[in-house]
Amino acid sequence: MKSTFETPIVEKEEFVCEAPNDMKTSESGLSNLKYLIVGIMFGIVFVKAEIISWFRIQEMFRLQSFHMYGVIGSAVVVGMISVFLIKKFNIKTLSGETVEFHPKKFQKGQIYGGLLFGLGWAITGACPGPLFAQIGSGFVAVIVTLLSAIAGTWTYGYFKEKLPN
Amino acid sequence: MELLEFIKQPWPWYVAGPLIGLTVPTLLLIGNKSFGISSSLRHICAACMPADIPFFKYNWRKEIWNLVFVLGVLIGGFIATNFLANPNTIVINPQTIKDLSALGIKDFNGLMPSDIFATENIFSLKGLIFFVIGGFMVGFGTRWAGGCTSGHAIMGISNLQVPSVIATCCFMVGGFASTHLLLPLIFKLF
Repeated sequence: MKSTFETPIVEKEEFVCEAPNDMKTSESGLSNLKYLIVGIMFGIVFVKAEIISWFRIQEMFRLQSFHMYGVIGSAVVVGMISVFLIKKFNIKTLSGETVEFHPKKFQKGQIYGGLLFGLGWAITGACPGPLFAQIGSGFVAVIVTLLSAIAGTWTYGYFKEKLPN
Repeated sequence: MELLEFIKQPWPWYVAGPLIGLTVPTLLLIGNKSFGISSSLRHICAACMPADIPFFKYNWRKEIWNLVFVLGVLIGGFIATNFLANPNTIVINPQTIKDLSALGIKDFNGLMPSDIFATENIFSLKGLIFFVIGGFMVGFGTRWAGGCTSGHAIMGISNLQVPSVIATCCFMVGGFASTHLLLPLIFKLF
């Protein structure tokens, strides 16, 4: 039976996080420590492989070094094999949940936004991850870049409905 | 001690790349989390200044792991730079040095040229372009694209997502255009 009070089409936007947390069981504050540790390892790799270097990004976009292509390429291959194995053998998470994957839908934003990010990437020499590692490495000026990136994200959220997507 | 000396050398791509790739299954298996870094910027907006914008009205507390993760990246950068730093000067392709010298870069000693990234440059035209405008493009662009190098190029392609391949190609096209068309114009200003 349909209720007469049924709400009409809900216009509220559903929250779609692009890097979502799909864990069902709730986590205590302390369990966040493991993400801190993974982050620390990640930050060390960024600096030690000189991925945070503006020069390495310049070499990449001038096709003068294989380094960054090797880093990204081998990361993708390892990631791909891992995802394949997790799916194939239905490997569960530590708390026994099924791992969730999210298909991405094509949107024009991936083109416009992708190009815009690319322009910024070559200028700043950093994608969002290295930004944090550069600040940790003592490049104080990059704090401004990070704040501006946050402002950029906010501005996108503000104008989202008016942009082609 | 020899191990430490070994670690202090710059790590080759075939060590760093697979380690970065392993972040994908690590996050999935320790907590069912999809890898992506630019989302942290959105969570900061949602936590600090949602301003009633629908895009920032969600339970960011559930995504706090992502903020903890990027805090870790920052700490990792501190540790690597202060305790594991390479004692030698960075090795850069001579052709890159030649090209960048022609643009006006003089400092090739560190990971970042002080000609651009010196703290004194924050309140200058250089700072406006390289930090403020560049950073804005990174933040606006990644969210519009729905991810950055980690979320699209690594996590997305690992999961065989065509939109992520498209996005990654656009990142690269933008980067090439910026390097070869924009940077020569920008450096004419200084």
